[in-house]
Amino acid sequence: MTVMSLSKALNEGMRKAMEDDPKVLIMGEDVGKLGGVFRVTDGLQKDFGEDRVIDTPLAESGIIGTAIGLALRGYRPVCEIQFDGFVFPAADQIITQLAKMPMRSLGAIKLPVVVRIPCGGGIGAVEHHSESPEAYFTHTAGLRVVACSNPADAYSMIQQAIRSDDPVIFFEPKRRYWEKADVDTADTGWWTPMDKGLVVRPGTDVTLLTHGPMVKTCLEAAQAAEEEGRSLEVVDLRSLNPLDQPLVMESVRKTGRAVVVHEAPVNQGLGAELAARITEQCFYHLESPVLRVGGFSTPYPPSKLEEHYLPDLDRVLDAVDRAFAY
Amino acid sequence: MTIDASRGAEAPPELVQLLTPEGERVQHPDYDIDLTPEEVRSLYRDLVLVRRVDLEAVALQRQGELGIWASLLGQEAAQIGSGRALTDSDMAFPTYREHGVAWCRDVDPIKLLGLFRGVNNGGWDPKEHNFHLYTIVIGSQTLHAVGYAMGIQRDDAAAATIVYFGDGATSQGDVNESFIWASVFNAPIVFFCQNNQWAISEPLERQTRIPLYRRASGFGFPGVRVDGNDVFACLAVTRQALKNAREGQGPTLIEAFTYRMGAHTTTDDPTRYRVASELEAWKLKDPIERVKAYLFKNELADQTFLDGVEAEADQLGADLRRRCLALPDPEPLAIFDHVYAEPHALIDEERAQFAAYLEGFER
Repeated sequence: MTVMSLSKALNEGMRKAMEDDPKVLIMGEDVGKLGGVFRVTDGLQKDFGEDRVIDTPLAESGIIGTAIGLALRGYRPVCEIQFDGFVFPAADQIITQLAKMPMRSLGAIKLPVVVRIPCGGGIGAVEHHSESPEAYFTHTAGLRVVACSNPADAYSMIQQAIRSDDPVIFFEPKRRYWEKADVDTADTGWWTPMDKGLVVRPGTDVTLLTHGPMVKTCLEAAQAAEEEGRSLEVVDLRSLNPLDQPLVMESVRKTGRAVVVHEAPVNQGLGAELAARITEQCFYHLESPVLRVGGFSTPYPPSKLEEHYLPDLDRVLDAVDRAFAY
Repeated sequence: MTIDASRGAEAPPELVQLLTPEGERVQHPDYDIDLTPEEVRSLYRDLVLVRRVDLEAVALQRQGELGIWASLLGQEAAQIGSGRALTDSDMAFPTYREHGVAWCRDVDPIKLLGLFRGVNNGGWDPKEHNFHLYTIVIGSQTLHAVGYAMGIQRDDAAAATIVYFGDGATSQGDVNESFIWASVFNAPIVFFCQNNQWAISEPLERQTRIPLYRRASGFGFPGVRVDGNDVFACLAVTRQALKNAREGQGPTLIEAFTYRMGAHTTTDDPTRYRVASELEAWKLKDPIERVKAYLFKNELADQTFLDGVEAEADQLGADLRRRCLALPDPEPLAIFDHVYAEPHALIDEERAQFAAYLEGFER
């Protein structure tokens, strides 16, 4: 067991993947000498060279487009998009090419490309640096979309994403980069498959369904609720496409109430998909409608307002109260 | 608003030509080619056969057997010339109109029809032919090609990449990004732009104020304009550019100056936006007629040879038609195939649900 931050866990995971497979490449803006603006790739270029850790020109479509070409040649590129709000120039390559080329080829082509995206707010940043664009990608068939929430998962999930023969959009909770926890780097027996969720806190009264940066918020809310005599179960979805439906349904059938929590806008977001599926599959078990807590139907606000925009412990507990009011 | 079209055009464009429209062999100081009579006859045969494939596909669309077809009429020399310059280890990235290059890469023409008939989105294995799938989004493939070329560099392989695109695509961000990537990484790639003068209805003037090949100098690599209707020149210029790429000299932009003699696709109506006299002028520069004239003038072929090629084309066309009509429609559950390489719970669930739904009709 080693105590490490989430960013260090990602770094160690990528390092291990690069040691295991010489075809694994890192690509992105400032990922070389600087080690990335969040230092997630720190030291990798020094140890693996400029051919394997590539500082690219500043064009996101170019990063994904050339990564596709490298994958066609047998490489396994791991692309860093510097911030969530900068992924959109690459959206065309991700949606029209990365996601669809394997099917277009009738299976002749595999595109093992990972697109790492630091996501979410809460760091006092300027515009375009605090967004949660996961729903754009979960809506696109052909992509796997995952989100890590803690150092151990960061370490295992980045390696699983790199090993996957499918394209993976990999969301990293940027405000949790510096949070530390134990990571077992010696053994892989504890790894949870990348396409499975996890019950990170068992409970009996309400299920909180969440991912990425909101997992910690939900755990804190569950702790506070316990002090008020309510037992909240927290599910870290981990995989956003596909969703781990059996895990979600099992939890909701047990508790009878579900609250989805994410930073992204509630309107037409991931929570809507979960609410619809839960309603369909758990209708007779529900004590209340599925409720959603998330961002407003506004652009992400200036940072002096973000504490009002982002779901926090009180907003989560407010939704729990509303779930009990039915 | 009046635009001074001369601004930025410092000199008249130069055009590499080795065979005139009249079939006269001419010399160029930088490019030459030494072709045996057999090679010239073989080029002629390729030009005629791909034109026949194209005409047959247009006819199939008109009869409702294809949903759409993008004709290469007029661009045969650009495609056969460049396609024949490739070695087996080189990799080609086409648009959706490179039927001639596909021919050079030994892709069975029936496999091109799957996309246009709607039975699949691409029916061949790119690795088998070193010919990537058709890309429909304009310019996207240029970045894939550069990435592939970066892979060649990392493999230290004796190979190059060629990527095809049109004059319209030069306005795309991806194409310009691919120029930058190729330049700064010195990637072994040839950018082969078939300037056929029209992007559906938009003339070249809507894409550029300077000759396209001159764009290359701003990105830091050589650009050359070649007579796109001259198969000798297209072969010579592409062969040299590929050789340069393989030898570590980096990218080249080739602008093949040609003309889309047909419609953009079978859904298009060029009479709405261009005058008939333009087509008539380009017919005089036909890529096939000049090779035929050259063969005759130099007594490299006789009527028997031409008749033989014509008969072969008839056979190819009839065979393609027969096989097109015999293409099976895919099974409904094929919708779910190959979306992911590894098992995906949601796809599996939907496939099972849809299979059960379909079975309900069979009971």
